[in-house]
Amino acid sequence: MASLRDWPVWQLTLARLRLFLREPAAIFWVYGFPILMMMSLGIAFRDNPQELITVDVIEAADVQSPTSKVQGQLELAPNPQSAIRNPQSLLTTDPRFKVTLNPAENWRKRLQAGKTDLVIEVNPPGSPQPYQFWDEPRRAESRIARYAVEALLLRAGSAVRADAKHGHADGAAATVGIDSHGEADASRSPEVRSPEVKHLEQAGSRYIDFLLPGMMGMGLMGGGMWGVGFVVVDMRVRKLLKRFLATPMRRSDFLIAVIFSRLIFTLADIVILLLFGYLAFGIRSQGSYLNLTAVVLLGGAAFAGIGLLVASRVQTIETVSGLMNLVMLPMWILSGVFFSSERFPETVQPLINLLPLTALNQGLRGIMLEGKSLGALWPQLALLAAYASISFTVALRVFRWR
Amino acid sequence: MPHAIECRQLVKRYDGRPPVEAVRDLDLVVHEGECFGLLGPNGAGKTTTMEILEGLLDATSGDVEVLGYRWGTDDDELRQRIGISLQETRLADKLTVRESLKLFRSFYREGIEPDEAIARVSLEEKANTYFVKLSGGQKQRLAVACALVGNPQLLFLDEPTTGLDPQSRRELWEVIRTFRAKGRTVLLTTHYMDEAERLCDRVAVVDHGQIIALGSPARLIAQLGGENIISFSLEGGFQPLDDAALARLPSVRSARGGVDGYSLTVEQPHVALPALLGHLQGTGRALAHLTTRHATLEDVFVSLTGRHLEEEPANGQPA
Repeated sequence: MASLRDWPVWQLTLARLRLFLREPAAIFWVYGFPILMMMSLGIAFRDNPQELITVDVIEAADVQSPTSKVQGQLELAPNPQSAIRNPQSLLTTDPRFKVTLNPAENWRKRLQAGKTDLVIEVNPPGSPQPYQFWDEPRRAESRIARYAVEALLLRAGSAVRADAKHGHADGAAATVGIDSHGEADASRSPEVRSPEVKHLEQAGSRYIDFLLPGMMGMGLMGGGMWGVGFVVVDMRVRKLLKRFLATPMRRSDFLIAVIFSRLIFTLADIVILLLFGYLAFGIRSQGSYLNLTAVVLLGGAAFAGIGLLVASRVQTIETVSGLMNLVMLPMWILSGVFFSSERFPETVQPLINLLPLTALNQGLRGIMLEGKSLGALWPQLALLAAYASISFTVALRVFRWR
Repeated sequence: MPHAIECRQLVKRYDGRPPVEAVRDLDLVVHEGECFGLLGPNGAGKTTTMEILEGLLDATSGDVEVLGYRWGTDDDELRQRIGISLQETRLADKLTVRESLKLFRSFYREGIEPDEAIARVSLEEKANTYFVKLSGGQKQRLAVACALVGNPQLLFLDEPTTGLDPQSRRELWEVIRTFRAKGRTVLLTTHYMDEAERLCDRVAVVDHGQIIALGSPARLIAQLGGENIISFSLEGGFQPLDDAALARLPSVRSARGGVDGYSLTVEQPHVALPALLGHLQGTGRALAHLTTRHATLEDVFVSLTGRHLEEEPANGQPA
């Protein structure tokens, strides 16, 4: 009678698999939710190479109240037909800009509400300055918009000068000087040619490429904690643990089955996320999938162990829910799921690096984004292994069966 | 007769202020092949005693031997040979009856087929039903089936029929009788006196952690001195009757007055009844109500403790 179906570990694992698959809500939270999250974040933060800068151009100069006004100074050529004289036409030819000419709405309101990033107010002909910029200096988009427009005009200006020098232009010689900041006074260095811009076109540098390993790490953490901790406490509340204890079942069989079923779910979870990432965003791991599997299993084991430890003595579902959130919340924020953990101050970095999710995310990103080997990731892997073994050992010692 | 269970001077004390003695110097012998009932009100120490015998709880002191084995040294042997149904266990909601039994079967070296266990508790029609969809009685029968699936020699059932409707209770009694008929031993706790009377070969009445009476239900009732009870109440009298005078009436063994009337333990109702009526006439009191019935274990408990067993509503707790 030593067939598989009589093996307690298998029966216990089978029971866990069945119970999981029969709980639609659990399936959604474990598999559906991360995918939805990745989809929405992937769309929201998709790296659009033509991210539009919205600019309003106001032709009727009827407003004069310089709160944050940058004046563009142009040395006007006798024949003012150059593009600089007409920023609107220059901007519309550049696909980075979305230009609205004389919007119906009050442009100040539009700037204030973030509907436009920059306003170019064109002065009446004959004014000492052909136009002025209005930006909203507290808003990054607005600052970027101003830099972009300035750079564009600067480039156009130097092009005009270059043309003039080579005698191709109709005697036009315009320079653009941006006085207030003195960032680029083209008139002092008329020989400067704008540098050629090259783009780093490397797979794995998009936000979604960064996000996917983070979502995998988060999934492993949530799955391990809930899939073990919640399940164990639920069985304790039901007195099912006590009932098992009243049979000849070996306690180790039970715990092995809990962890074993957890790792099966974990692999399914990861395969689904990777498949989704590949199909929806074309994400591929730079490193070997075998190494990735190893890191996933180690991370799954670490969080299953932590889940078991958290649940080892808790008597109510409410308490265990609170405890799990207490454990997980700092890691959601600190461990680099959605943004790099290196953005936190230098002083707390050693602490952040000790968190298991940080180690797991570093491991996953190291393989997926940088193609690192397991050897290169040994500090992270050793930390995860330590979390797994220590939490298991302690959990077994203090585990409450009734 | 060999002993299935033997325990001596069993004590279970819970530390606290003040310390609580749930079990106080309890001696108990359960013979092989009998159905033995621990009877008593809630909080009497029945479940604590049971869990010590089941090896789920450590005794503070005392000596326990089950099927010739001892907890602490022969745990696995014992677990292989006993079947347990706890007072309240909720099995996994979304496992079917058969799946739960397969799981429990896998824990035992030897046992019966899950389907046979299902047949023994007559749950064939529900074999593929999730636990959560079963009625209270069916859940309880499944709990017993989980205890039977290891083919035990000794069955522990803690309050097996609490909260069940009469039909479900009778079905469970049948399961227990069938098991006992094979020469196996059953130890059960209950606070239903009728259950103990119908099911048990012997009962121990437990109160405040001690056994206050032990024997077959018939013998315990016989020890009251009379096997019949006359209960009566009087018309609007504030003057209570003298219990002692009532007890001196012919064939009356004891008398007890209470808020809702009087009850006499009586040997021969046809002798006692005319005497009682004559006595009431003599004192000039009129009857409001009178019944006679056979004495039950409840009366035994009342005569021993002066208290009634608190009745619980039959559908009080969800199983």
